[in-house]
Amino acid sequence: MTEPLVYEISSPGRHALRMPEVDVPKAPLPEGLIREDLPLPELSEIDVVRHFVRLSQLNHGVDTGFYPLGSCTMKYNPKLNEDTARLPGFAFTHPLQDPETAQGTLALMYSLQEWLSEIGGFAAVSLQPAAGAHGELTGILIIRAYHKDRGDEKRTKILVPDSAHGTNPATTTMSGMEVIEIPSDERGNIDLDSLRGHCDESVAGLMLTNPNTLGLFEEQVREVIELIHGCGGLIYGDGANMNALLGVVRPGDLGFDVLQYNLHKTFSTPHGGGGPGSGPVGVAEHLVDFLPTPLVDVVEEGDEVLPPLYGFVTPKKSIGRVKSFHGHFGVAVKAYTYLRLLGKKGLREVADFSVLNANYLRVRMRDVYHIPYDRVCMHEFVAEGRWEDAPDIHALDIAKRLMDYGFHPPTNYFPLIVREALMIEPTETESLETLDAFVKAMLEIAEQARSDPELLKTAPHKTTFGRMDEVKAARQLVLCCWPVERDES
Amino acid sequence: MEFPTDLKYTNNDEWVRVEGDIATVGITDYAQDQLSDLVFVEVTAEVGEKLERDATVAEVESVKAAAFIYMPVAGTIIETNVELYDEPEIINADPYGAAWMFKFEIANPVELDELLDATAYEKYCQEREH
Repeated sequence: MTEPLVYEISSPGRHALRMPEVDVPKAPLPEGLIREDLPLPELSEIDVVRHFVRLSQLNHGVDTGFYPLGSCTMKYNPKLNEDTARLPGFAFTHPLQDPETAQGTLALMYSLQEWLSEIGGFAAVSLQPAAGAHGELTGILIIRAYHKDRGDEKRTKILVPDSAHGTNPATTTMSGMEVIEIPSDERGNIDLDSLRGHCDESVAGLMLTNPNTLGLFEEQVREVIELIHGCGGLIYGDGANMNALLGVVRPGDLGFDVLQYNLHKTFSTPHGGGGPGSGPVGVAEHLVDFLPTPLVDVVEEGDEVLPPLYGFVTPKKSIGRVKSFHGHFGVAVKAYTYLRLLGKKGLREVADFSVLNANYLRVRMRDVYHIPYDRVCMHEFVAEGRWEDAPDIHALDIAKRLMDYGFHPPTNYFPLIVREALMIEPTETESLETLDAFVKAMLEIAEQARSDPELLKTAPHKTTFGRMDEVKAARQLVLCCWPVERDES
Repeated sequence: MEFPTDLKYTNNDEWVRVEGDIATVGITDYAQDQLSDLVFVEVTAEVGEKLERDATVAEVESVKAAAFIYMPVAGTIIETNVELYDEPEIINADPYGAAWMFKFEIANPVELDELLDATAYEKYCQEREH
């Protein structure tokens, strides 16, 4: 079954709803802003509903199947989150209304700021950043502002290990600073000798993804932090992989100065088409004054009768706003709900089971798939999708073939330091049965790679569309939303 | 896989053809094979620009990954191959020929001694296969 474009099922004059009579005076649009040439599709309600329901059925999501997309933490998102985010008191708060009339909303934001601070071991948190990479940029701008405030303007370099998230170098470049890449050692840790060689007074900081993109805990994290602090730099923590650390390690206690949380990964809010994301930033005491404005704070203490009064405050040396209004508030409600559901004990179990599940897969696959840094992993691990006796098979072929088993492929070709990388993150929400079914599929595919390589090269076979021409898609960027000329042949 | 013996190589998988005081640079057969289908090329340095060794000169992108191309030794850019912009697939088809990326005037010929010869580069590639 294929689904035509919405333009292709358009029929002139068809429509889904009638606009109500105008009950306010008409205000004409300014001259020149009205256009006649904008071709919008014309459809009835049933056309629209069927079109989008059919499209949704062609999709693969966490709600339809296993989604071990490494580094993305595609855990199941409890449906209660959706209910709370739609509570009228939250859903219909206007960001410009008087804060005194939105106390419930502010109380939730305040609690979430406090809880995230506690979970990460930080002094304060801003909920503003729109997603992970935006949180990174906010954090790096805070680091830059900190050095500048001290008159230390020669610090222009950010060190980024080669096992970091791909967004880290991009963030650094966006902030106007220079990226220095630091290699990994044989165990997948940061190479300390190389790091030492780069530690000087030009270093503004280091961006550390821990666990790193190999799914490994940085074993020398204390030495790394001491080295950077020793030369006057700060530590930025990429918290995208926080799932493995919840309730076990607090980055702030380790000496991290700034860290972003990915509410859409760790704290169970939909992402990857179901978004938006949310990337709150936590900072240590010495950086609190630089946080984006505004923060939610108690502006009048409560007493036995009256609750405290919440309001917005601006940190003294704030880097300013990084987002309109107050970030993605709906996502904050979902993350808050998740935290309330789990509590302290439940949160710790998230970390425990995410690590257990990943290690279970790693150990069951290791005899068949080469795992280059084969030690106890955290919430994910990286295997190689290649065999010397199946020279034509690449990670991509394995990924495509997995779709025939009803699984979303793992992240492939990242991290770059592993050949033909398959980065597998099962998350804590998957059952033993699901993990076993995945292993069975992976082992079968490994056999097929030798016995019937063509089966992999031409996969997927059971999806609506077969192998896509990714090269053509990347080379010919024709993004057209107008009615396309149909090939009637 | 080809490793022409008349070229010099870098650890970043660039090849260098030296003719007098002019060097021509591209990416190796091994590099294009690793990257697979190239979809984007841009030489970010400008003609006339003086660059140190390891300075970023160009960016390439394949369906698998993005990579930077660096100056093998210090020099001044004299020509860039804009043909590649429209047809990045040339890099896959003819890495050592039509897919040259840029030419530069060598600032300090002594630095060339630090580049790898074909045998050393082939060995370096084989090491990474395991």
